[in-house]
Amino acid sequence: MSYNINEKGYYGEFGGAFIPEMLYPNVEELRQNYLKVMVEPSFQKQFNQLLKDYVGRPSPLYFANRLSKKYQTKIYLKREDLNHTGAHKINNTIGQILMAKRLGKTRIIAETGAGQHGVATATVCALMGLECIVYMGEIDIARQAPNVARMKMLGARVVPATSGSKTLKDATNEAIRDWINNPENTHYIIGSAIGPHPYPDMVTRFQSVISEEITWQLKEKENREYPDYVVACIGGGSNAAGTYYHFLDNKGVGIIAIEAAGKGIDSGKSAATSALGKAGIIHGCKTLLMQTNDGQITEPYSISAGLDYPGVGPLHAHLYKTGRGEFYSATDDDAMQAGLELTQLEGIIPAIETAHALAVFKHKTFKPDDIVVISLSGRGDKDLQNYIDYFNL
Amino acid sequence: MNRINQKLQEDKKLISIYFTAGYPNLNDTTTIIKNLEKSGVDMIEIGLPFSDPLADGPTIQASSTQALKNGMTTEVLFNQLQDIRKSVSIPLIIMGYFNPILQYGVEAFCKRCQEIGIDGLILPDLPVDVFVEQYKATFEKYGLINVFLITPQTSDERIRYIDSVSNGFIYMVSSASTTGAKLGFGEEQTNYFKRIADLNLNNPQIVGFGISNHKTFNQATQYAKGAIIGSAFVKFIKKSPLDNIENFIPTISIG
Repeated sequence: MSYNINEKGYYGEFGGAFIPEMLYPNVEELRQNYLKVMVEPSFQKQFNQLLKDYVGRPSPLYFANRLSKKYQTKIYLKREDLNHTGAHKINNTIGQILMAKRLGKTRIIAETGAGQHGVATATVCALMGLECIVYMGEIDIARQAPNVARMKMLGARVVPATSGSKTLKDATNEAIRDWINNPENTHYIIGSAIGPHPYPDMVTRFQSVISEEITWQLKEKENREYPDYVVACIGGGSNAAGTYYHFLDNKGVGIIAIEAAGKGIDSGKSAATSALGKAGIIHGCKTLLMQTNDGQITEPYSISAGLDYPGVGPLHAHLYKTGRGEFYSATDDDAMQAGLELTQLEGIIPAIETAHALAVFKHKTFKPDDIVVISLSGRGDKDLQNYIDYFNL
Repeated sequence: MNRINQKLQEDKKLISIYFTAGYPNLNDTTTIIKNLEKSGVDMIEIGLPFSDPLADGPTIQASSTQALKNGMTTEVLFNQLQDIRKSVSIPLIIMGYFNPILQYGVEAFCKRCQEIGIDGLILPDLPVDVFVEQYKATFEKYGLINVFLITPQTSDERIRYIDSVSNGFIYMVSSASTTGAKLGFGEEQTNYFKRIADLNLNNPQIVGFGISNHKTFNQATQYAKGAIIGSAFVKFIKKSPLDNIENFIPTISIG
């Protein structure tokens, strides 16, 4: 069983490129070039240099002492929240902006949910002096105001998506439509491990620096090459894909994914795709998605804008289907409590997305000598107002 | 012979109309089709609405959202069309996105199409390769023509490949855009129309996207076999009673 992508762009039965012909030249150009470009020594050098000096990598692997005591196991936090711009998203946007430059593109578009990917894209566009347009659902613009202000300050144009549920799915639709209308000068920086091939694989590879670092950091700290478990929250699944990547074929490592259950899986207000979805096509790839019996994509719900997506990346659909990954879901309430708990036990305010991963302890009990690495994918500054409102702080 | 192929042999420029099934009202479908045929339209694309129509601009998006709200589903559409061949003889094509068809079951969908008398399908997000590998045989089994799109950015080599796997016509997207976006054609489009005509493809081409009046229809059909009007017609039936469809068609064919 392979957990990597095959030459046609599929993980098992999931993936592919189900795109209108208008997008074919762009996606095909990327498909033919992405692996070639990524292995070029000059690309590697520039990418690694920026990750080190600009992003601040490697991100620490932090032993969470008090959290470990509470849950009677050994918990390490992979501190992606300490990256420049406050989340893992920048690993991918650095990679893709360098890719776009090499393909001669001058205009960058992106979609964003929580605004973390939008900020990370606006940041690298400022860094490289490229025009930047970010599509964001109208509802998300309201609930993630600090990130909207950051994007604007960075020089990006933030365009509200007003169709459908007015969240991440609709922002992605609008970005795809923009790309159809601007087929020659524009690169679309997709922020998650979703979209037509080669995006899921390209994003995963750029994010795989997370698991690459975990391997040598764990060696230093525990004299082990790999943990017993890696845990990450999943919307589209980019931080999860990066956290799992180097452990996919190592059965000694348990892979745990936490989706957003919203108000509860059966409440009708949820984004728990593995529990509620079935195979279909969304945003150019075949994967698990939430849909009606008639194949209409349904509107998801989560308190977390970054997980409020009706699909999941094709790699994760494959991990779910094959049983390689354990999938759980955390409700809004579980996540908020887990976020507060981390804040008060470790002095780290996580993004609400990330707080879902921390709710893993509600579902699973680990052994005392298990090493559990949790991807702390983003920091909670952007969510302060939500925390304040929720806890009446 | 398939009605589409028969129609393509006629010595005239073809007018084809797209509308979204279930819009403006759920049960308008058959009335629209009958009125279109009466007013001299050559071919009809019946849009099966989808929640996330990536290739469509605001007009068709809004009509799709409304149609779904009105209760349109794949099964409802098939039931509405059940007896359509008792009164309508021009080619009928279903145009939609692939996911609803995948959920219905591709073979079951094709079978229903044949029973009803649908002649072809246009599925913009079903890639040519996937079609050829997985679905071509099924389409042929049920006598359905699959229509592929080309755009100004499609390479000659790929156009020839698409031509080789087509057996009806090629849907020539007029410019790099979603539906309903552009007003009027310039030199760039004319050059593109001519470039494609000069390839002498086996399949005739029908132009779509950006055709809204007599002028753009004439420009589009100077080199191509026909043209498809979508957004302009959807806008028209939003405001006008369905009886007025006969007034719309002459604005395209006569001006």
